[in-house]
Amino acid sequence: MTLSMAGALNRGLADALEADDRVLVFGEDVGPLGGVFRVTDGLTARFGEKRVFDTPLAESGIVGTAIGMAMNGLRPVVEMQFDAFAYPAFEQITSHLAKLRNRTRGKVELPVVVRIPYGGGIGGVEHHCDSSEMYYTHTPGLRVVTPGTPEDAYHLLRASIDSPDPVIFLEPKRLYWAKSEVDFAAGVPMDRAVVRRTGSDVTLIAYGPMVQVALETADAAREEGWDAEVVDLRTLSPFDDETVAASVRKTGRAVVVHEASGFCGYGAEVAARLNERCFHHLHAPILRVTGYDIPYPPPKLEEHHLPNVDRVLDAIARLQWDDEVIGVA
Amino acid sequence: MTTVTSAERALLPTDEPLALLSAAGELVADPALPMPADEVLLDLHRKMVLGRRFDAQATALTKQGRLAVYPSSRGQEACEVGAVAALEERDWLFPTYRDSVALVTRGVDPVETLTLLQGGWHLGYDPYEHRVGPQCTPLATNTLHAVGVAHAARFKGEDSVALVLLGDGATSEGDTHEALNFAGVWQAPVIFLVQNNGYAISVPMSKQNAAPSLAHKGIGYGVPSVLVDGNDPAAVYAVVRDAVRAAREGGGPTLIEARTYRIEAHTNADDANRYRDPSEVAYWLGRDPLDRIEAYLRSRGLLDDTRRDAVLAEAEAFASKVRDGMNAEVAADPADLFRHVYAEPTPALREQAAQLAEELR
Repeated sequence: MTLSMAGALNRGLADALEADDRVLVFGEDVGPLGGVFRVTDGLTARFGEKRVFDTPLAESGIVGTAIGMAMNGLRPVVEMQFDAFAYPAFEQITSHLAKLRNRTRGKVELPVVVRIPYGGGIGGVEHHCDSSEMYYTHTPGLRVVTPGTPEDAYHLLRASIDSPDPVIFLEPKRLYWAKSEVDFAAGVPMDRAVVRRTGSDVTLIAYGPMVQVALETADAAREEGWDAEVVDLRTLSPFDDETVAASVRKTGRAVVVHEASGFCGYGAEVAARLNERCFHHLHAPILRVTGYDIPYPPPKLEEHHLPNVDRVLDAIARLQWDDEVIGVA
Repeated sequence: MTTVTSAERALLPTDEPLALLSAAGELVADPALPMPADEVLLDLHRKMVLGRRFDAQATALTKQGRLAVYPSSRGQEACEVGAVAALEERDWLFPTYRDSVALVTRGVDPVETLTLLQGGWHLGYDPYEHRVGPQCTPLATNTLHAVGVAHAARFKGEDSVALVLLGDGATSEGDTHEALNFAGVWQAPVIFLVQNNGYAISVPMSKQNAAPSLAHKGIGYGVPSVLVDGNDPAAVYAVVRDAVRAAREGGGPTLIEARTYRIEAHTNADDANRYRDPSEVAYWLGRDPLDRIEAYLRSRGLLDDTRRDAVLAEAEAFASKVRDGMNAEVAADPADLFRHVYAEPTPALREQAAQLAEELR
């Protein structure tokens, strides 16, 4: 069935609500309106206000009460509406949601999913386009997931809701309306990256909003004579070292692509891990193509900030193609 | 001048704190609350004596280096004991770091209560055994957990309620306001008990709050509010029991401000002389909650030296148990560092656990 990512997420929530009476969906405007991106469309009508409901406009309150509900046997799926709106809930997420299992030596499990539409590329104004993944991936105890296709969105959301650990589920806004085939029987495992396109010369490592950019770059690179492999991380934490390192050992070159600022960004972690694991297989330094180290720009300037096919192609070109020049066999 | 509507008045606290016993332990003339039964008062007295002895023992253990830190609640026993005694087993308690006496009153093992402050682990007890949340170190974050637990109880058709303890400083935090608002909108069965002990570490009430009382903050959220004498165990018990009953019967949340005083410093690491006048402490020592209930029980002939000595002996045995437990070596297994981060350790955590195990070989 062909679905948009928003549609696939909607179906994922509906199927989870159907499958388990303990699942609740709540947040700001998720009820009759169906969410500002319509991801929760029709759920209140179908499952009732007791299961799918609007809350007061208070993000710390949404996550804090979800923690209490999960402590008492429910499985809340909450929405933060926009990336930067989640910051008031940061203390509840980092000090409590992430840590309660650890603090209680495993006695308290918090199967909470925090859905956060994130990233730019849709002409949004300030505070609506942040890529905040690194705040969450840096926090032990959280799982951080971000799908790159409608099919992954459906399956990873179902798996996140089933997870005994708290999950920060980052939904790439710019892909909400991107449609593709969804196989509901496919099953997508948590914690595993996937090779979206095979290639032999360079690995493009991307996730969420940048998966499409990486795939388009791979097509363009083909015309330049470079055969690029594209790895979609899907789960940012825990990191799938195995899949990513296997690809880079094969190609010997890697470019990490993400929208968030590069400084102390997720790409730095990926590059460091690959350096530790694949050093002798590398023909060139690992490069990053990221957003600039600036606050997210206004809509009329965001195209300059966001990585695009040209910038990724430039990075590939910078990988010093002549092996003899850099002395690596 | 604006007039107060009857709906507003119903949410407002009284001008003066509700009390059943005067500072001297005499029955207050025409109290607005029903006096708890004699056996309840005797039980409160016993638990307060145990609580105070426990608090003194924990303070002493800090001086011996057995505890990393201890925030004493001496002087606040009427709140700690009165509130917990008003709960049923099926109810939930969400304490702060200062509420160790509330925990032992609830039946939590005293050594497990002190595990956090001893440094053996972040929490010593099973939160489900007595329905007690982890002691909360960040202020006010536990208020939202209590609302969530209470809401979930109602969702599941259970009639348990949640009591959350917070201090005067926590009422300045955003989470307290979000929690009161959520509780009011959802009519969640939750009781907010603010132990107003006058200071948020060193910052006095005058720099913390501009409302006539902390209880007045309930009106903006549609939450009925009560102001009670926090050094009167009979009154604290009575108002919390009323609030619990109302919440259990579907009446929604209550905000209670209990006016009390922290006799000791914020923790053993704090110097209260830098911000408090000794005359203030002397005034509150004259309003001691334990002296108050003891005087009342004696005046009624319910307490004599024999019974008092028996309670003191029980408290000594309790303190001795705490000492023995704290003198035992802390069993801290380094492998625990990696065990409870996720339901199953990630590959990276397995690697790090193996690395540490190798270092320790």
